[in-house]
Amino acid sequence: MLYFAKWKTTLIVLICLAGVVFSAPNAIRGAADSLPDWWQPVTLGLDLQGGSYLLLEVEADEVVAEHLEALVESARAELRTARIRYLGLGVEGTTATVTIPDADQRGSAQRLLAGLDNAVEVTAGDDGQFLMTLNEQAMVERRNQAVEQSIEIVRRRVDETGTREPTIQRQGQTRIIVELPGVDDPQRIKDLIGRTAKLTFHLVDGRVSPEELVAGRVPPGTEILPAAENNADGPPTYPVRKRVEVSGDRLVDAQPSFQDNQPVVSFRFDTQGGRQFGRVTSENVGVNLAIVLDGAVISAPVIREPILGGSGIISGSFAVQETQDLALLLRAGALPAPLMVLEERTVGPGLGADSIRAGALASLLGFALVVVFMLASYGLFGGMAVVALFVNLFLLLGTLSFLGATLTLPGIAGIVLTMGMAVDANVLIFERMREETRNGRTLRNSIETGFRQAFKAIVDANVTTLVAAGLLFYFGSGPVKGFAVTLSIGIISSMFTAVMVTRLMVVTWLRRGRAQALPI
Amino acid sequence: MPALLNIVPVDTRIDFMKGRMVALILSGVLMLASVVSLGVQKLNFGIDFAGGVLVEARMPDAPDIADLRTRLNDLGLGAVSLTHIGDDDRDIMIRVQQPEDATEEEENATLAAVQGVLGDGVDYRRVELVGPKVGGELIEAGIWAVSLSILAIVLYIWFRFEWQFAIGAMVALVHDVVITLGLFSVLRLEFDLTTVAALLTLAGYSINDTVVVYDRVREKLRKFKKMGLVDLLNLALNRTLSRTILTSLTTLIAVLSLLFLGGDVLRNFSAALAFGIVIGTYSTVYVAVPILVYFDLRREAIAGEETVGPEEQVAAAATDAATEGPLAEQEEAPAPASETTSETASAPPRNAGQRSGKKPKKGRGRKR
Repeated sequence: MLYFAKWKTTLIVLICLAGVVFSAPNAIRGAADSLPDWWQPVTLGLDLQGGSYLLLEVEADEVVAEHLEALVESARAELRTARIRYLGLGVEGTTATVTIPDADQRGSAQRLLAGLDNAVEVTAGDDGQFLMTLNEQAMVERRNQAVEQSIEIVRRRVDETGTREPTIQRQGQTRIIVELPGVDDPQRIKDLIGRTAKLTFHLVDGRVSPEELVAGRVPPGTEILPAAENNADGPPTYPVRKRVEVSGDRLVDAQPSFQDNQPVVSFRFDTQGGRQFGRVTSENVGVNLAIVLDGAVISAPVIREPILGGSGIISGSFAVQETQDLALLLRAGALPAPLMVLEERTVGPGLGADSIRAGALASLLGFALVVVFMLASYGLFGGMAVVALFVNLFLLLGTLSFLGATLTLPGIAGIVLTMGMAVDANVLIFERMREETRNGRTLRNSIETGFRQAFKAIVDANVTTLVAAGLLFYFGSGPVKGFAVTLSIGIISSMFTAVMVTRLMVVTWLRRGRAQALPI
Repeated sequence: MPALLNIVPVDTRIDFMKGRMVALILSGVLMLASVVSLGVQKLNFGIDFAGGVLVEARMPDAPDIADLRTRLNDLGLGAVSLTHIGDDDRDIMIRVQQPEDATEEEENATLAAVQGVLGDGVDYRRVELVGPKVGGELIEAGIWAVSLSILAIVLYIWFRFEWQFAIGAMVALVHDVVITLGLFSVLRLEFDLTTVAALLTLAGYSINDTVVVYDRVREKLRKFKKMGLVDLLNLALNRTLSRTILTSLTTLIAVLSLLFLGGDVLRNFSAALAFGIVIGTYSTVYVAVPILVYFDLRREAIAGEETVGPEEQVAAAATDAATEGPLAEQEEAPAPASETTSETASAPPRNAGQRSGKKPKKGRGRKR
């Protein structure tokens, strides 16, 4: 216990130096940009630097429902072509149902339905009812795809707003975490990512009279859609054909611009979209074309002439900001499913700065008091423990910086707590030395025994705390995770400094001096 | 440089075990009171668990709280609490508790409504919105974290010590956690995610304390095979007393500086920790250790547990020889004075030979 091989001494000194080197960038935080990637200060959490945290849920069941809706539409067409009579064709939740009243036609109907889509399972119920559901694998696949796609689109939308260094990552099955440092009002971003931005062009059903529209009586294949918020001048509802003539997927560009001094959004389709748009507008001159965004009609202008160039404009009573946002959303693409904000936490830069100040003050005071306490209790050896504590702080900060870990306010609390607990190992060792001296051992002997006997207790005690910290990391989220990280690193580095660094100092002191008695 | 300060008198011989009945009854009463309080008035869940909307704002001017409260209540959003926080009298905190079946859209609308009432020119220092779904999940994760950490710690102790120690540690841990929860319930302190973090930390701290004393108990068990358990536990407690007090004090100092200077955000966290350190230290001395008396500590198994290398065996034998003499005569010896440690191989060789001859027999006896 009282002998250190040369390589061991060197290693200990090197580790301590590495701690100092890696924590150094924190002292020159302002110049961090000019430092190499591996030599950066510790990242500050959103609660310290200010920013917004959003937890979003992808409503992936909508994708399934949408898929079934499409299935129902093709089933309608196929059943009609095959002259099979059907009742109650529709979607409820994640199941589509249809009833075939004629018992003779049920067999062929089932074959026909099963042939529509091989991802769909058709089961026969009572009284000629058939239930269609997506099979497990297709369901998982679609949901997964929806989440992946949503992440991509959220990233594009957030990037377009010019937020610096956003973090967007998946959590669990259907959730997305968005972290926006420096954003203190996430409302605009919430508005942007909260919108599906699904743009479709439909024909307005001219056969429906205003009376029928008010009464809600429309032919099959036509639905009633409300006017969008900005569309205050037109009628409150529109009879719109369900069939999508052209969809926003085909857009290659969208920009805010002006027409007759009114803010509008101009867009351009890709080749296929342009061709579809040209065909629809050629065949339906004089008919109203409804521009539908997220299930509401923005406007429904009359098609005056065929539009063959593949580009057009969306007009409505827009404000300038609205055209900018809409253009952005259209460029970034539609979300495959609606997103829901489950959790939002925003810390303003003022509170963040206050937290840093409070945390720093508490750390300094805690540190100073522990130093005084150790010096007063253990004299010279206490001084060595204090040096070890310093080394411990450098190691902790250096490791956090090196790992690119995030420092949160609870993380600062973890550092403060570590300082209190770090001296525990030294206290254990020193107390043991005192005890052994009282038992009549020589100086050398009691120092050696002190280190050896205390070691077992130190390991057991720290491993148990580490277990708690590990679970905290696993179950915690955000700031709490940051606390678990600093606590764990602090426990490990404090074991190293208390056992190795202090011992090295004591051994050196013992070898050089001519001490006769324990200085504590 | 000698030590300036000796907080703990050396070589104490406090009879901790004498008061064990009183202490166990006290602990029992505290736990019962905590459970009753948790059952009756439950915990004052913060926004993390209860869900809802929280807004901390710095108004342009010191606001008229009464007027603001009326206007907020007029929104008809549910339970709205408006409080003044911090040192700056422009700072306010608003918390809206949504009904349990509130949807995410409703919560978002609530936030917008509150921001509408506050008007323009407000510096939003903190805005939190937690959907009811997430709140429920966070409660679940918190319960898992605390239970699993207790379980993992207990398993580790079982692995390193004996099952009696594991049970003692578990009782002490549950004791600390329940009483801290009880304190939060009685005082209506806000219970949120950081409080769970504090609970886990105090579990780690408390067990740290307990393990150090248990380690000493085990050591003494090996050394003084004939000493009465009560005396032995007292001895172990006294020998670790100075360390227990010193470590608790340094940690408490650090936590108290957090409590008073760490700002509002950390207040409940530091309060839970500060209380946890006190209760954790108490439970080590008065719960974890005394409870060992009531278990059938198979002393021989524990004493012979680590008969690893021959070196240690000889050492142990020598110790036995050195201590057995006086102790054999007076079973309930108040040991500290006569205690000698493992390397004091000053025993008469004849005696040592006898003892090391006996050792292996014990080992075989265990296997049966």
